[in-house]
Amino acid sequence: MSALAEAFRLIITLDADLFEILWLSMRVSLIALAIAAVISLPLGTWLAITRFPGRKFCILVLNALMGMPPVVVGLLVYLLLSRSGPLGWMGLLYTPTAMIIAQVVLITPIIAALSNQVIENLHQEYHDTFYSMGITGRRAIVAYLVDARYALTTCILAGFGRAIAEVGAVIIVGGNIDHLTRVMTTAIALETSKGNLTLALALGAVLLALSLLVNALVIAVREYAAKRQYA
Amino acid sequence: MPSSLLPIKISNLHLTKGDRAVLASVSLIIDDPGITVIMGPNGAGKTLLLRCLHGLIKPDRGQITLADQGVTGSRDRQAMVFQHPVLLRRTALQNLAFAAPELAKSRPQQLIDALASVHLADRADQPARMLSGGEQQRLALARALLTKPDLLLLDEATASLDPASVLLIESLVKSQSASGTKIILVSHDQSQARRLADDVVFMSGGQVAEQSPANRFFSAPGTPAAKAYLAGEILL
Repeated sequence: MSALAEAFRLIITLDADLFEILWLSMRVSLIALAIAAVISLPLGTWLAITRFPGRKFCILVLNALMGMPPVVVGLLVYLLLSRSGPLGWMGLLYTPTAMIIAQVVLITPIIAALSNQVIENLHQEYHDTFYSMGITGRRAIVAYLVDARYALTTCILAGFGRAIAEVGAVIIVGGNIDHLTRVMTTAIALETSKGNLTLALALGAVLLALSLLVNALVIAVREYAAKRQYA
Repeated sequence: MPSSLLPIKISNLHLTKGDRAVLASVSLIIDDPGITVIMGPNGAGKTLLLRCLHGLIKPDRGQITLADQGVTGSRDRQAMVFQHPVLLRRTALQNLAFAAPELAKSRPQQLIDALASVHLADRADQPARMLSGGEQQRLALARALLTKPDLLLLDEATASLDPASVLLIESLVKSQSASGTKIILVSHDQSQARRLADDVVFMSGGQVAEQSPANRFFSAPGTPAAKAYLAGEILL
């Protein structure tokens, strides 16, 4: 009970260590999310509206990658960035950039697969009208992304939820180095193993609050879209 | 002024769904400007024929030419209004701007005028999907007309609309026809066909049973199937 009270004291007093970890977590996950969204939204849309041999296989692979174990992603990115790996010369291992790369690899398939389903449904509805209006290619992709904006926002938030709560991949490629690559999840794992439950609980509370906030945002976006008939 | 996509020639069109021929050796020549109404009972193949004309369905066999060019070559000179209009998840005005982006940039007032022509000027900033069914259909028609098509296809565009919306759409269709656009309209509504049609194509069982000027079709239908249909008897 005292650990819990101490944890809330850390949050309320804006403890420097706590907020350094929180800031790095947010920075890594938001940058990863932005990169993943730029890759995955057009990819998911393109896969939804184009027809080519092997398309269903691509979607199958994308869906399978959604469930990729984070430690496997971490291992692959580690092999890529390690000194003897193909990108070892860049010296990115155990840096926030490596963590961003791992999170991008992890959440890109999630956002792409979810957005693919959203756009697939919209495509069924819009196909005849777009054909009639001669809307194809890049113009169609942009139109789908704009019209599905609220549903896609929830896909992006799902990706953020996965990124911010991820531990396996970032601990492998980030190394959980104090003041450099320590994020909320890796800090919780470390502090718990050390028996320092105060900081772990404070970080856990912030993580839980973030999760609640993301879910509240998803609900708010859905309700706004439904009210305006934009869902 | 005759439409430049005439004559429309359909020869030996054949389309099957499963093991059923839904269009069977349909041959037709439409070379008069004005309004052609395609009539017939449910399942006669009217909508399928319209969709083949627009290129939305590729027939198994047969050929369609519009002013001696194929369907694909004439697509950007056609527009189609569907029975259930699909509007983008944007405002009414943005729906028109999407259909005519160049016009939206150079002469945005024309979009407002287009909305006014379908009595929707005061709904410009309203989400299109919050409009009533009749308003949505009027917006879909305004969107189709913005591209100044040579051929306008309407698939039961006034079905289940209130009388005021029906009359407004009919008057727009007539004035568009008068300005030279060829109109082909699928309708179940006999009184509407009498009001609009210059000529009628009557379909039954996936075939063209009769094609004649509207006056003759309604006063003296040439086939037993058309007679039965006009008498309100169900054709299977």
